Amino acid sequence: MSEKVLLVDDEVDFLDTLSERMRTRGMEVATSSSGAEALKKVEQESFDVIILDMMMPGTDGLETLKILKEKKPDLQVILLTGQATVEKGIEAMKLGAMDFLEKPADLSQLTEKIKKAQAKKMLLVEKHTEEKIKKLLAEKGW
Amino acid sequence: MTDQWETIAREGFQFFGKMSASISHEIKNALAIINESAGLLEDFSLLADKGRPIDPERLKGLAQSVLKQVQRADGLVKKMNRFAHSADDAIRIFDVGEALDLVISLVQRLYAMREARVELVLPDHPVMAVTNLFLLENIIWLCLEFLLTENHKVVKLIPETTGEGVRISLVGQFGFPDDPGRVFPSEIEKALLEALKAELRMEPQAGKMILSLQKNI
Repeated sequence: MSEKVLLVDDEVDFLDTLSERMRTRGMEVATSSSGAEALKKVEQESFDVIILDMMMPGTDGLETLKILKEKKPDLQVILLTGQATVEKGIEAMKLGAMDFLEKPADLSQLTEKIKKAQAKKMLLVEKHTEEKIKKLLAEKGW
Repeated sequence: MTDQWETIAREGFQFFGKMSASISHEIKNALAIINESAGLLEDFSLLADKGRPIDPERLKGLAQSVLKQVQRADGLVKKMNRFAHSADDAIRIFDVGEALDLVISLVQRLYAMREARVELVLPDHPVMAVTNLFLLENIIWLCLEFLLTENHKVVKLIPETTGEGVRISLVGQFGFPDDPGRVFPSEIEKALLEALKAELRMEPQAGKMILSLQKNI
């Protein structure tokens, strides 16, 4: 099953080129050029993973991450940054990011992380489904 | 080293560090686009090996994108270089408009993150000053930071020659409170003003600050 990815970055040239490369590798890719736009898209469509730039005008990466995790806790988020410091990495993980990569990123490395993100999301969805079924069975007394 | 110069040095390092970090971040963004463009060219060549034709227009577009980002990165390095050299001399003669233009270009991405911008309003003739360029850039940055903290989204910088020397007005969009919640100018700004032999007048109701430099220090 192909991975469904949302790429979020205010650099449109970066979005266009990276998304094309990801599509040639079989991924389904949507793009957003701002945090606000990404938050709207996530309400309309389901994604396995969001690749999110940290530094964007308006709602920046960390703020977008925080809101994303509140709205869709199972969504996996990988942060991209031009300045990968330990402090920022810790802050990102505390807010619920799955991983943290420095630009320019190696696409094969990013693709590996996307596959892991999709697998992790599927496990979470299965777990929630199982919990719902158990609850239903318990309520019905079956 | 006296307390005043210790304060100035500490602030100077922070200012230099912040500007360097902002520029290097932008250079990384340009490199990221070049990296992806090179990667896409590699993808096309692999596809061509498998018999898929390459669209020449697509190649042209990628080449132009790479050239554009190289020019962007080169501009950023030139900017960084100019900024680094502003600390070369304790006192020098310089065009204030050019100095303010450099400060604006250094801060514009940081300000864009906060959806704000700084506009330079230049007079017809060059405004020349004789002072410490790096310290002037530093105090202008601190004044802009204050205005940004007060939520001004557009700030105008207006340099002018006066009888006594040079005046630089920083004009926000609206008045700021007499008691803005933080002291401005604080000890850091006061130390810089003393070193520059400059005065800073606040006009809170007009949302304005006026920095006055003497003809010669």
